Amino acid sequence: MSDTHPAVAVRGLHKWFGQAHVLRGVDLEVRSGEKVCVLGPSGSGKSTLIRCINGLEPSDGGRVALAGVDLSGPRKQAEAARRTTGMVFQSFNLFPHLTVLENCTLAPIHVSKLKKADAEAESMALLERVRIAEHARKRPAQLSGGQQQRAAIARALAMQPQVMLFDEPTSALDPEMVGEVLDVMRGLARDGMTMIVVTHEMSFARQAADRVVFMDEGLIVEQASPTEFFAAPSHARTRAFLSRILA
Amino acid sequence: MRPPRHSLGRRVRASLFATPWDAAVTLAVGAVLVFTVPGLLRWALIDAVWLGETKAVCREGGACWAFVTARWRQMLAGFYPEQELWRVGAAAALLAAATAPVAAPRPGRWLWLTPLGVTGAFAVLSGAGLSGLPDVAPEAWGGFFLNVLVGASAILLALPFGILLALGRGSRLPVVKGLCVGFIELVRSVPLITLLFMASYVLPLLVPAGTELDRLTRALVVVTLFSAAYMAEAVRGGLQAVGGGQREAARALGLGSVRTVALVVLPQALRVSIPALVNTFIGVFKDTTLLYVIGLFDVMWIARAALSDFAWQGRELEAYAFVGLVFFAACFALSRWSAALERRLDAAPLGLAAAVKEPA
Repeated sequence: MSDTHPAVAVRGLHKWFGQAHVLRGVDLEVRSGEKVCVLGPSGSGKSTLIRCINGLEPSDGGRVALAGVDLSGPRKQAEAARRTTGMVFQSFNLFPHLTVLENCTLAPIHVSKLKKADAEAESMALLERVRIAEHARKRPAQLSGGQQQRAAIARALAMQPQVMLFDEPTSALDPEMVGEVLDVMRGLARDGMTMIVVTHEMSFARQAADRVVFMDEGLIVEQASPTEFFAAPSHARTRAFLSRILA
Repeated sequence: MRPPRHSLGRRVRASLFATPWDAAVTLAVGAVLVFTVPGLLRWALIDAVWLGETKAVCREGGACWAFVTARWRQMLAGFYPEQELWRVGAAAALLAAATAPVAAPRPGRWLWLTPLGVTGAFAVLSGAGLSGLPDVAPEAWGGFFLNVLVGASAILLALPFGILLALGRGSRLPVVKGLCVGFIELVRSVPLITLLFMASYVLPLLVPAGTELDRLTRALVVVTLFSAAYMAEAVRGGLQAVGGGQREAARALGLGSVRTVALVVLPQALRVSIPALVNTFIGVFKDTTLLYVIGLFDVMWIARAALSDFAWQGRELEAYAFVGLVFFAACFALSRWSAALERRLDAAPLGLAAAVKEPA
């Protein structure tokens, strides 16, 4: 990856859903290796922002570039760039008809054209890393929510992404399973992965993030280091949000 | 602690006589069975006549299965030459092999068997293109085997076509979508019997001049197209059951649209569609009894022809009971097979025992 370009560069991004103006000119730059947590009330456009970053949603204005490659540029390059992102969804979205291991090896075999044995070896290593290797041959439905989300993280990692995007990864989990997923994410952060995490987990933002971004009504209202953000939020809307959340 | 075990008496009481209303229903149903079953058994088995050359052997009050046993070869294989009957068996085996992609755990691996099996079955039966086998014209094919041949071939050929129609119906391209919806709605809204009659006039217009389509080919094309429209709707139901998150996850992993459909969406959609698809299979198979209206010698034609023979006039009940029984056996087997297939697809690939052996 080029050092001259930021891992993710979003400029003047707009998105409409019908009449609703969901993103109203968002600018965001994320350096390689940086961990950014995106906070904000529901409906503020956080999820839409990261879905635009990996091209799941086409933007209606502005541009998204991954390591300098514009997603609205030539199709082939844009597709390749899109593939350098890994996405973890709130509802896991594991493929229920495949085993955990097959979930992980599907894209490496069919997109990266890896040999089955190599893909399995790599995926088993990733499943060890997220500590569910013993469940590799089970179907997702046989696992707990926390295990499923860790499997989903392994599946995204199997494509060797440069940037990992997390869309409220713990919001669908029972409280006792949140910790095991956040542990895995902290591990990833320690290993230097570039991460953009949409979350309501303030403790995670405080500990793991290099920068906290606060969104409201389709705009980035404030961004700061976590210490600064939680201790001395400069914007009234941020203070209102934090007082609601931390009350 | 163990789960409680209940005595037989208690279970019978719970399932049949739990309330006065239950008891009344149980007694009423029991009475109906007591009055009907013995008479039916006496007619069908005890007082039945099994062998004979004409209806003279038949007895009052008993079924005359002699009619069926005297005609069994025609009932099963039509007028196929007696010394060539093994070819019917071989064709049946080839058809069975052609179903492998639907029946085997890894469909992709056996896909090539379907076109091979179906064409093989037709080649063996007709003798065309196979040296050493005397030609047998389709006019000589018939009986229940013809129903199986047309039914199975049409189902196997229609399934991929129906899947494509269902996918096309969900397409974002208006032309593709419109064509698929138009085809499905048109074919579904017309009775099969009118399509079979129309085929003799319409199909020749669609093929190059000079090509002659025999009745059997016409029937096969019509039944295939007809089934495809129904299967498309069964598969559409399954496609709708696959959540949008699955497509998104596949896209986020970089799988293109074709691989997303083939590897992620279709396997799940088809699993959901199995009951509706098998329902269609059974319907198509039974609809092959309409083939007699365009002059194919299927089992219904044979039964009616046999009934018009003076030697057996008046044995309609036995003729239709036999046809019904044969179809019931085949369709019931199909239904059991689909239930087993569903169970197998739901089961974990290796189960829990294998999972604990993995390195932790």
